[in-house]
Amino acid sequence: MGRLHFEPFTTPMPSVRRLVLDVLKPHHPDSLEFCQRLAALGSDYRVQLTVVEVDENTETTRIIVEGVDVDFHRLRDAITEMGASLHSIDEVEVTGSPASSD
Amino acid sequence: MRLLTDLALLLRITGSHGLMRRYFVVNGFDGALTMLGLSMGFYVSNEASIGVMLTACLGAAVALFMSGVTSAFLSEWEERKRSLAELERAMVADLSESVHAEAARAVPFVIALVNGLAPLSISVVIITPLILARAGIDLPLSGLEATIALAFIVIFLLGVFLGHVGGGFWLWSGLRTVLIAVATALIVMVVGGI
Repeated sequence: MGRLHFEPFTTPMPSVRRLVLDVLKPHHPDSLEFCQRLAALGSDYRVQLTVVEVDENTETTRIIVEGVDVDFHRLRDAITEMGASLHSIDEVEVTGSPASSD
Repeated sequence: MRLLTDLALLLRITGSHGLMRRYFVVNGFDGALTMLGLSMGFYVSNEASIGVMLTACLGAAVALFMSGVTSAFLSEWEERKRSLAELERAMVADLSESVHAEAARAVPFVIALVNGLAPLSISVVIITPLILARAGIDLPLSGLEATIALAFIVIFLLGVFLGHVGGGFWLWSGLRTVLIAVATALIVMVVGGI
């Protein structure tokens, strides 16, 4: 009976390049500050926010975050910290290649 | 620095800048008029020593501080709690880990401090001549007269500040508050003369 042999795991982690999120947020922090806080999470993050619907206390927004390696968990935590709710992830773009600023 | 940035965010999301400015002016005006009223009372009676005047003015300033801190804290605490609950209902989410909950906890303390420190600091500025006189420092006017003059100057400056905030003509705004101070002084003189 031969000994089991495992090859070391060398496949690079896929990196998230683009996320489109459906987010319900309060009016404050306003859209500008909200985006600035999200963009500050990564040095190469590019954030675009579109207000889809406005209510008395809230606004429904569509947020696009682009970067070489977008950290979804930090993004989600920052959204929650600002009092907003992540309703859904509407679009994802992921590459299998390692994160690099190509 | 981070603390200041965070505090600025909390004040911004609760829209408390204007509220703090109002509290500062309203309670600062309270402090200034109280000091003017006390000083005029002492001036009319002409019987109190500098020690008595100073103690009475400081006592009133501390009372205004305590009243300002506690009243603002209690009302703001309840107000922020209500706002947070309303926002949670609108968001259909628990916001206890958000900046909004942090604001609901921290902002009442900040507003209460402003509300209390405004009359205290303005009162202390106004009674500075009394403090100097008590310390034996010679002034061109008597300690009490200088205090009354300083009260008028501070009240005028508060009016100027109000005019600046409201975008009105600063001199008119300053003169308007001085007019209120003159009316107060006259009433105290009439009441004190009875």
